[in-house]
Amino acid sequence: MARTRYAPDRGLSVRMTLTMFLLGLVFVAFVAALIGILSALRVSGGAIIFVAVIFGVGSAWFSLFYSDKIALRTAGAREVSPQEAPQLHGIVDRLCAMADMQKPRVAIAPTDMPNAFATGRNSKNSVLCVTEGLMRRLDDNELEGVLAHELSHVAHRDVQVMTYASVLAIIAGLLMRFAFYSELFGGGGRGGRRGGNNQNFFLILVAIMVVSAVIYAVSFLLIRLLSRYRELAADRSSALLTGQPSALKSALVKVSGSMARIPTRDLRDAEPLNAFFFAPALNLSSPGGGLAKLFSTHPSLERRIEELDKIQRQLGQIAPLN
Amino acid sequence: MGFLDTIFGRTKPVQPKLDDLFGLPSAAIGLQAATGFTPTGSGSVCFRAVEGKTFADVQSEVSDLLNMDSERPGGGLPVEVTRDSYGYTWLVSSHMSDEMDTLVTDLHAVNSTLVDNGFGPQLLCTLVAFRDSQERRLGLVYLYKRGTFYPFAPASGQRRDNALELQVKGAIGADLKFEQDLERWFPVWGAPGL
Repeated sequence: MARTRYAPDRGLSVRMTLTMFLLGLVFVAFVAALIGILSALRVSGGAIIFVAVIFGVGSAWFSLFYSDKIALRTAGAREVSPQEAPQLHGIVDRLCAMADMQKPRVAIAPTDMPNAFATGRNSKNSVLCVTEGLMRRLDDNELEGVLAHELSHVAHRDVQVMTYASVLAIIAGLLMRFAFYSELFGGGGRGGRRGGNNQNFFLILVAIMVVSAVIYAVSFLLIRLLSRYRELAADRSSALLTGQPSALKSALVKVSGSMARIPTRDLRDAEPLNAFFFAPALNLSSPGGGLAKLFSTHPSLERRIEELDKIQRQLGQIAPLN
Repeated sequence: MGFLDTIFGRTKPVQPKLDDLFGLPSAAIGLQAATGFTPTGSGSVCFRAVEGKTFADVQSEVSDLLNMDSERPGGGLPVEVTRDSYGYTWLVSSHMSDEMDTLVTDLHAVNSTLVDNGFGPQLLCTLVAFRDSQERRLGLVYLYKRGTFYPFAPASGQRRDNALELQVKGAIGADLKFEQDLERWFPVWGAPGL
């Protein structure tokens, strides 16, 4: 009978499921609140909700479908052939053969900021991108750890999962804005047409705005929490795939260390891609403790290293029977 | 990957498939008949070493096991351990060109030792070297995670002789389980033992 060192991280799975469950719960609460508001005031505000849903789902679908192209364009990256970057392709080839997964396209971004990301709506259309700064700073073992981390994102379908998770927040955000603008500009005209309904309509918009704002805030925090858990999961899979948790730790330390020295202008450019980066370009976790952590897309360096230490111990044990 | 694995964001390490390796000796005979390529008698197992002493112990156990064989007549040369530029370890076992069976047994001993100690997912590939009368080199690579074979024929520089590779697939494609997805025929430049 084969022995295996692999043991799923139940704590992480439970926390991740709970986060997703809460997101679902927020979604249900949102729908219920909207229906409640509308039926209590006996007015159909369906039009703006409909428009917000169409826009929200549409933009989420668009960003999912074109995620690879958008991300490459934003990062200014270029796809490279095996002849242009033989070592990089060689590492990815071997990792894919070890993990039995389809090889994504490989791209290099000509920026000095050391980072990497993987994106694409499914494994067939994924792109794995590293910056020149990353390749310059890391040795091959560390680079392999980072690439395995990004490949894990592809295998876990993190781009899809995070897009689905954020649809609700997008819709809530849109509704909040729509309600706000119709209050400013549309309220009078609508009320006139509807006769005595002016007061009700105003109330509805305020209520929708408040509910949407609350839902937006809550789902935003939950999405960030989910993103941090997905990062830990990718770290874990990377360490198990390469068998070198220490190389990944050292890569994390190197990348986080040099992240802090990067000028702000670059950071702002990098913001839209942040969720799929190896290390966050916006270094929120370092200066202010608690609150900054809540908003961060990535777990703190200490937390990530602590989790990798666990895997290191796990790999050093005598394997239990499967 | 199932739905739950996606939800939990987990990938289980893939366990290697070992059985198909034993199809090699008969395929080698077929290859010689069809293309004139003969085994050089050397073959290698490639795996990603895990950091730490536990794995180092297992690795030296494997080497000792194979070297014990080499002291007997017909046991081949002592096993050679090399590390390539990607950080992967290759164990090269060298025999006489007509000892394909013992070579495959050796390679399998490496696999099963790693698997028995829980390091099966670290196996990358196994390579058996062939050569023809014009001194062209050919490797049959076995991908552990897929359980499939593919040919690798390095030409001069970093180029592959794709025509030869496809010819080999045509010749013995029916005898061995060949990798159908050509994108997975990844090159192993400078593989020890080739």
